[in-house]
Amino acid sequence: MNANNNEVLLRVEDLKMHFPIYRGVFQRQVGAVRAVDGITFDVYRGETLGLVGESGCGKSTAGRTILQLYKPTSGNVHFEGVDLVRLKGEEMRRMRRKMQMIFQDPYASLNPRMTVGQLVGEPLMVHNVASGAEIAERVAHLLEVVNLNPAFATRYPHEFSGGQRQRIGVARALALNPSFIICDEPISALDVSIQAQVVNLLEDLQEQFNLTYLFIAHDLSMVRHISKRVAVMYLGVFVELADRDELYANPLHPYTQALLSAVPIPDPIADAKRKRTILEGDVPSPANPPSGCRFRTRCPIAQPQCAESRPEFREVQPGHFVACHLVN
Amino acid sequence: MSKHEKLLQIKNLTLHFRTQKGDVQAVDGVDFELDYNRAVVILGESGCGKSSLAKAILRLLPRNVSKYSGSIIFEGNDVMQLSDEEYRQNVRWVAMSLVPQAAMNALNPVIRVGDQVAEPAVVHLGLSKTEALQPALKMFRHVGVPDDFIDRYPFELSGGMRQRVAIAMALVTSPGLIILDEPTSALDVLTQANIFNVLKRIKQELGTSFILITHDIATSSELADDVAVMYAGQIVEVSDARRFFIEPLHPYSQKLMASVPRLRQEHDPDFITGQPPSLLNPPKGCRFAARCPKRFEKCSEEPPVIEQDGRKVKCWLYA
Repeated sequence: MNANNNEVLLRVEDLKMHFPIYRGVFQRQVGAVRAVDGITFDVYRGETLGLVGESGCGKSTAGRTILQLYKPTSGNVHFEGVDLVRLKGEEMRRMRRKMQMIFQDPYASLNPRMTVGQLVGEPLMVHNVASGAEIAERVAHLLEVVNLNPAFATRYPHEFSGGQRQRIGVARALALNPSFIICDEPISALDVSIQAQVVNLLEDLQEQFNLTYLFIAHDLSMVRHISKRVAVMYLGVFVELADRDELYANPLHPYTQALLSAVPIPDPIADAKRKRTILEGDVPSPANPPSGCRFRTRCPIAQPQCAESRPEFREVQPGHFVACHLVN
Repeated sequence: MSKHEKLLQIKNLTLHFRTQKGDVQAVDGVDFELDYNRAVVILGESGCGKSSLAKAILRLLPRNVSKYSGSIIFEGNDVMQLSDEEYRQNVRWVAMSLVPQAAMNALNPVIRVGDQVAEPAVVHLGLSKTEALQPALKMFRHVGVPDDFIDRYPFELSGGMRQRVAIAMALVTSPGLIILDEPTSALDVLTQANIFNVLKRIKQELGTSFILITHDIATSSELADDVAVMYAGQIVEVSDARRFFIEPLHPYSQKLMASVPRLRQEHDPDFITGQPPSLLNPPKGCRFAARCPKRFEKCSEEPPVIEQDGRKVKCWLYA
C-alpha cells in the first residue's frame, strides 16, 4: 500500500510521448502534440493505481506508451527491473506476456467475426504457449475464471451483453498469466447496474493471481473503490499522486479540488449544501500548452510565478506528491 | 395563451417496432405528467426504451413502426390526433424540441454553428436567414457560448461548447418543453457540471420544462424535480426527486440506486444480477421479477400501479 514495504514492479521515469504534426507540401514537422510530457511514478506489486483525468489529458496515451505500444519520445520504463524502452524484437515479445491491457469499449474491441474461443485463445496461439486441444482447455478454464459458461466458447460477441463482453476482454487479458494489467476505462461503457460486477471481478482476480493494475478512468467515484493510490493527470502531466484516502480527504492541487467538487452526488439535499468550484473554460491544446504550470489558465488561485516556471512534481508529505508552486 | 393545469400529460403511450424476429415492445403503456417549469428525469438502463419514449413523444418515427397509440396532451390538446403535417407545423420544435443523443456529434461539419442554430427558426417560425440570427445570438448568450463563435464551424469547438450549441438549437424557437436525450454522457465531470448549470439557468430564466432522459443517476439529481424510472418499456416508479433519491420505492429503483458509486461512502456499490428481459417477448407479470430480490408468488401477475403519498409505483409489494 505504501512505499516502505512493497516491491516496485513498474518504474516510469520522465516518460514523454510527443506526436509530430506535419504540414505543407514537404510534410515538414511544424510542431508536436505533447500527449504525455514527462511523467514519473512507481507502481508497486499487487496494488491498484488509479489514473484519472479529463478526456484528452493523455491518460490512455500514458497507458499505451508504458506498454510500448507507442515508441516513447524519451524517458524510461522499468518493468521488473528491465528497461522496456531498450528492448527489441523477441525480447520485447516475451516481455509482453507479462503486461496486458483491458480496453474501454467491449462493443468495439472484440472482433465480431471471431468466436469467444478464438478471441480468448488468440494470445496463446500468437505467443506459442499452447496448441491444439491445450488451447481449448485453457480457454474453458479462463472463461470459468471470469464467471462465464465454458460452453460460450463457440458463440460470437454479438450474442453477449456489455458486462459479459467485458468479461471476455478480461479473460483475453488473463490468457498469458500476466502480472500487470492496464485497465483503460474498463467500465465506462457499461450500465451502472453492472459496473460493480466487473469491478468486483477485477478485485477477485487481483487477489487470486496477485495482479497489479493501472486503472485508467474518468469516474472518480468508482476509482475510489478499486484503487489503493490515485494519480491525477492534466494536459500530459501528473498534478497529484497520493494514497486514495489521503487524496480524497485532503486534495492539495487546485485541479484535484475542482475535479472532486464537480462529482455529482445523487442526493439533492446534500448536493444543495456543498460548495462547488466549477472551472470555466476548456483544456488548452496539448500542441501548444501554457508556459509554466499547465493548469494556470483555469486555476482559481494562479499567481504570476505560475506562468514563469513549471512546478516540480514533489513529495510534500510521505507518499503525497503534488505539482503546484502554491502548496507548501 | 390560456394556462392549462398540466403542460404535458401522457396516457398509455405505446410504440412497437416490427423486426424480423417479431414486434419489439419498446414503449409499452407509459403514463406520466409534467407541470409547467418542471424537470422530469427518466432513468433507466440501456435498452429499456427511454430513447424510444423521446421519439414517441416527438413523433420522430422510423418506418418499421407496428403500433403507435395512446394520447399525448400538450397544453390541453391531444397532439396524437394531428396529421403529420399539422404536427410538424404546430408541435415539433414549436411547442417541444429535442437535444438528441450525442448531439455534439450530430452537428453538420460544413455549416457554421450560427446558421445551424438559426435553422429551426427559419423552418418553423418562417423567419428569414438574417432575421433568424437574432434569436440564435440570444440563445448563444443563454447557453454561455461567446458571440463570435456564431461564425465558427463545429470542429473548432470543444465537446462542451458543441453540446451548448445543440441546446441553443433546441431553444431557438422558445418551446415550452425540451427533451434531452443523454445530454452529458459523453462529457467529462467538469463539463457536465457546467452544462447542468446552463440548464438550471435556462429553467429559471425562460421557464422551460425539461424531460431529461439518462442513465446517469448521480448527474440527473442536479436538475430533477420529478423522477420516472423505466424498465423494459414500462414506467415502474414516478416520484418527486427529493423523496426518490433518499428512499426509492420500487425494488428495481432501490437496486439501481445502490449500484451508483458515490464519492464518500465506505461500502462497495451493489449490482443487479442477470439482464433485462428481451422486449421482443417480455415476461408475463412483473418484468423485473426474474432479477428482483423481493419477488413472491404474486409477481407472476401483472402488477397494478399503486399510489402512495403522491408517488406511483408499479409493484405488488405496495398493494
